[in-house]
Amino acid sequence: MSASTNTSYGLLASFETPADIMDAAIKCRDAGFTKWDVFTPFPIHGMDAAMGVKKSQVGWFTFAGGFTGFFTGMTMIWFMNSHDYGLVVGGKPLFTPLYAFPVSYELTILFGSFATLFGLLFLNRLPRLHHPLLAVKNFKKATDDGYFLCIEAGDPKYAPEVTRTFLVEQCHARLVETVED
Amino acid sequence: MAATAPIAVPGPVVKPLPQPHAPKPAALKVGEAPRELERQPLVLNNRSIGWITDAIAGICEKPMPKWWWPAFIVSAGIMSMMFALITYLISTGVGVWGLNQPAGWAWDITNFVFWIGIGHAGTLISAVLFLFRQKWRTSINRSAEAMTLFAVACAGIFPVVHVGRIWFAPIFLAPIPNANTVWPQFKSPLLWDVFAISTYGTVSLLFWYTGLVPDLATLRDRATGKIRKIAYGFFALGWTGSNRHWSNYEKAYLILAGLSTPLVLSVHSIVSFDFAVSVVPGWHTTIFPPYFVAGAIFSGFGMVLTLLIPLRALFKLHDIVTTRHLELMCKVILATGSIVGYAYGMEFFIAWYGGSPYELYAFKNRAFGPYWWAYWTMISCNVISPHFFWFQKLRTSALFVWCASIVVNIGMWFERFVIIVTSLHQDYLPSSWGYFTPSWVDVFTFVGSFGLFMTLFLLFIRFLPAIAISEVKGVTPQADPHHPLGGAKGHH
Repeated sequence: MSASTNTSYGLLASFETPADIMDAAIKCRDAGFTKWDVFTPFPIHGMDAAMGVKKSQVGWFTFAGGFTGFFTGMTMIWFMNSHDYGLVVGGKPLFTPLYAFPVSYELTILFGSFATLFGLLFLNRLPRLHHPLLAVKNFKKATDDGYFLCIEAGDPKYAPEVTRTFLVEQCHARLVETVED
Repeated sequence: MAATAPIAVPGPVVKPLPQPHAPKPAALKVGEAPRELERQPLVLNNRSIGWITDAIAGICEKPMPKWWWPAFIVSAGIMSMMFALITYLISTGVGVWGLNQPAGWAWDITNFVFWIGIGHAGTLISAVLFLFRQKWRTSINRSAEAMTLFAVACAGIFPVVHVGRIWFAPIFLAPIPNANTVWPQFKSPLLWDVFAISTYGTVSLLFWYTGLVPDLATLRDRATGKIRKIAYGFFALGWTGSNRHWSNYEKAYLILAGLSTPLVLSVHSIVSFDFAVSVVPGWHTTIFPPYFVAGAIFSGFGMVLTLLIPLRALFKLHDIVTTRHLELMCKVILATGSIVGYAYGMEFFIAWYGGSPYELYAFKNRAFGPYWWAYWTMISCNVISPHFFWFQKLRTSALFVWCASIVVNIGMWFERFVIIVTSLHQDYLPSSWGYFTPSWVDVFTFVGSFGLFMTLFLLFIRFLPAIAISEVKGVTPQADPHHPLGGAKGHH
């Protein structure tokens, strides 16, 4: 990679409407780019398919968290009320999963929710203190009413001039600017 | 406010459906949908995406209107009164309240169940309506979830302070052994309740925060001052609106909704176990879990309306929180209010049909005993008042709906009072019967909890977007890439 592209993060193209950026995303996907992303103020229905993004894996984190929660609840109650200090209440068994169920159920949900949030942050590599795009003035509209597509300089198919032409002519970007790293 | 000019809407275009096997296509022509079947848009006047950002984010960016400071000072004053009274209670003892044998639970637990119930509508709106794909929830879910959190905070105070020697509370609340190395007793619904309420508060906070992240990024990107930039930037976690992030985000949001739904149903079921698992006549009934959940949603929607109607009027949000939203909420109140009314009737029927003289006595005593006034207040507020919502004219009158929502809240507080106090004050032994009267500390502690609730809510609208910005944008036609307003060309 030449010295001039070392300081560049990539090319940022802006679009006017959800339909425009969706068309552009389909073209980028078909052109074989891999390190690129779309930035929108709200999730656009159908964009995952347009970009070729695979199904989210967050659910596995939830499952692991929920399973841990349920197991923690059952084990904790068995240990506390049956194993470590057996408590006889109303002549009932020292341990049965029935009376341990409500608390284990709540812990399933509690651990599952935490795992979902942390899984989400992990998969998105957040929190992140800085992002090169956040330094772009125009990019502030990505959380307002702007639609952006960024092809990163690290993409194997990236070539500054060719990619810029592709974004303008094939994808009909309204504006294309270079993002400094 | 940089209001963009409304976008012109094309008239309804109804194309005849393709009918490959139809012999005479002309006979199968699909006419235009009748006017009354057309759905009203969720955001009125075809507001642009940018207008939505300005309208909602603008509220917490501009200086607060003149009424905010007086409202805040009054609320904070009432809240301080509650904390002063709690200090008095803890330093003196629970004797400062009116409760005593036989009514060992009275206003404390009534207030607890009341506030927890209020919270349930927030979760219902944010989670259950999300799973049912009810797009109208987007205009109200943020403030309803905030209401949930603040209601849970108010609720949590009462069971903690009612225990008497509060400094022992960690031992019977948290799973840690006491001085004799005995662990908490997990066969007790009271301990289930501790886990249910704390899980509910925590998960509601996580869900609320997850929903807030994209909107905090919006506020970060619009912030002008340095402190705002850093504060919003910190909590926005570096959100950029990346679609790869949105993809995980939407999945996580769906899962959190899926987790919150069984959670909210379990919380009030477990609250009802506090009563139903006992042997007190009037409490020991299997109808309690569903009846408590329906009542919770009923009262919670009442509180959502009590808060939202002034909010939309004061901040002129009529295009986002529309009359249709109010009507839909009224319909939920009508439905859940009818379930509650049915439950009251069924309770009475089972008290007679079940054949237990104590149970039958408890119910006769509720309606015609010393607390008859509380019972009939409950009946008129909860059973009669929701049925006004059968009339569209009343559902669409914001003033009427607001008044009715307060009546619903009064009724639901009385419901909990009736269940708790009338059942306890005369149970098995006539020699142990008594009559509960609240002390002034009871009354003003409860009033003070409204101060806490309002203080938190006022701070919320001051610093955070009271309506979910990104979610409201997502349900407009301008956000749909297949709609002409979303930029779709003819070939789509």
